[in-house]
Amino acid sequence: MTVVRGDIILSADKLGKRFGGFAAVTDVDLEVRRGSIHALIGPNGAGKTTCFNLLTKFLQPTSGTILFNGRDITRLPPAEIAQLGLVRSFQISAVFPRLSALENVRLALQRRTRGDSFDFWRSERSLHALDDKARERIAEVGLSDYAEVAAGALPYGRKRALEIATTLALEPQMLLLDEPMAGMAHEDIGRIAALIKSVSVGRTILMVEHNLSVVADLSDRITVLARGRVLAEGSYDEVSKDPRVIEAYIGVGHG
Amino acid sequence: MSAPADDRTEASTTPVATSDGRHHAVVFVALLALLCIAPFVLYPVFLMSVLCFALFASALNLLLGYNGLLSFGHAAFFGTASYVAAYAAKDWNLTPELAILLGTTAAAVLGTAIGALSIRRQGIYFAMVTLAFAQMVYFVALQAPFTGGENGIQAVPRGRLFGLVGLDNDLTLYFVVLAIVGCSLLLIYRIIHSPFGQVLKAIRDNEARAVSMGYKTNRYKLAVFVMSATLAGLAGATKALVFQLASLTDAHWSMSGEVVLMTLLGGMGTVFGPLVGAATVVTMQNYFAGFGAWVTVIQGAIFVVAVLLFREGIVGVLSRWIRKPL
Repeated sequence: MTVVRGDIILSADKLGKRFGGFAAVTDVDLEVRRGSIHALIGPNGAGKTTCFNLLTKFLQPTSGTILFNGRDITRLPPAEIAQLGLVRSFQISAVFPRLSALENVRLALQRRTRGDSFDFWRSERSLHALDDKARERIAEVGLSDYAEVAAGALPYGRKRALEIATTLALEPQMLLLDEPMAGMAHEDIGRIAALIKSVSVGRTILMVEHNLSVVADLSDRITVLARGRVLAEGSYDEVSKDPRVIEAYIGVGHG
Repeated sequence: MSAPADDRTEASTTPVATSDGRHHAVVFVALLALLCIAPFVLYPVFLMSVLCFALFASALNLLLGYNGLLSFGHAAFFGTASYVAAYAAKDWNLTPELAILLGTTAAAVLGTAIGALSIRRQGIYFAMVTLAFAQMVYFVALQAPFTGGENGIQAVPRGRLFGLVGLDNDLTLYFVVLAIVGCSLLLIYRIIHSPFGQVLKAIRDNEARAVSMGYKTNRYKLAVFVMSATLAGLAGATKALVFQLASLTDAHWSMSGEVVLMTLLGGMGTVFGPLVGAATVVTMQNYFAGFGAWVTVIQGAIFVVAVLLFREGIVGVLSRWIRKPL
């Protein structure tokens, strides 16, 4: 199969990860089209999160290569991956709990506009220039009233919203969302789904998600993993009718 | 999975995380005024000891309270600087400022080496690696020919500052020490409240997230480790001149433990906590000296009570009361 490289933002070729004798992920080929929302699903233990950690280099793959915008990123450290515009979220909400919501977002702006900040001799006031921009980002996710509150004190759904605001402040080309709906109350799910939909404009999103109705609703393309391998790939209609997928889900007791 | 219960706390009742820091300036000035009068009321050598340990604890707090790294080997830097400064002043007849500078530099070099190796590990492993290195430094202090073994380096001359001002008068030395410690504390304050400090706090709160945002966290951790080691060294070198002594106590693991105790007791992650913690511990050691070996027991008991009753430390609790970071 030949593909037009320019159309693929992120690709993995024969990606593998072994932990001692255990092969968590084997020969995973993945191609994410620029501008799409791509979902990675599969039963528990299928290797979704491992895949995610490999793609963002939080884990070093044992075999295979990863290309981002045609560039080989297999050997880069995770911080450099982020600087290239490939930013991930975490399963448990990732905020800086003792910093205010404003400071959380400002840290993203600080990274993007000033690069690394080793200037320990300069006053914090030099960061106030970023405050307006940070407040805009906070307003976008409806957290204006909480700007000065310590992030750790926010309710769960708002923490996730803050996390998304922070991630967006990095202006990434591509977002990797690890179970964005995990632990969400029912009423929050619709709000976050809408938020993901709205931020996908002009961006590429790869997400791991268990909530299949959200996946069906949002994704353009779906890759199903089972036991560390790609089981099927296609649109929701295609994969949901695939007998191997049904077996993998029903077989381990998922609906 | 459902959200933990404490995630649902009312946001409006929790303290605000940001502040303009004006109240910090007020406390600083009040403290400075107090410390200028203090030597006329209290014994200057005791006060200098408090000041040196306040700097030592603040240096540790920079690492522990603002970057989340618990070093259990800070005595290595305190002790090394103490020995080098004492040796330089006594055997090379260097002026006090040069002796202190040399001692501090030695701590900085040692801090770079130990830091570069230690920050590769997280949590308890980091603490254990720093402890192991500190034990090696202790072994050198015990065995090396120039450290005086069990005797240490005694009768270190205080000398003349810049070759001009004699420091044998306790009161003169006190104000020199106050200047050194005061400037260092202001420097630490600036580091904490700088763009760099902001990244340090982010790493403390959630390192993986800081990495995912593109921060090369190991560089920040090494930088703050070296800063902390250098300032700990400055405290040790100054202490050597105050007591005219560098001894094994300075490099012993119990010194590392003591400075952690001071920081926790005063309130880690607060600007003034280490000062209060150091003053409390040094005062206890001084005034309970009559109890002999029981001092450590009393100290231990107070520590247990502190951990059980106010985990945020003395200043941490105060800060919660007035709803402002101190």
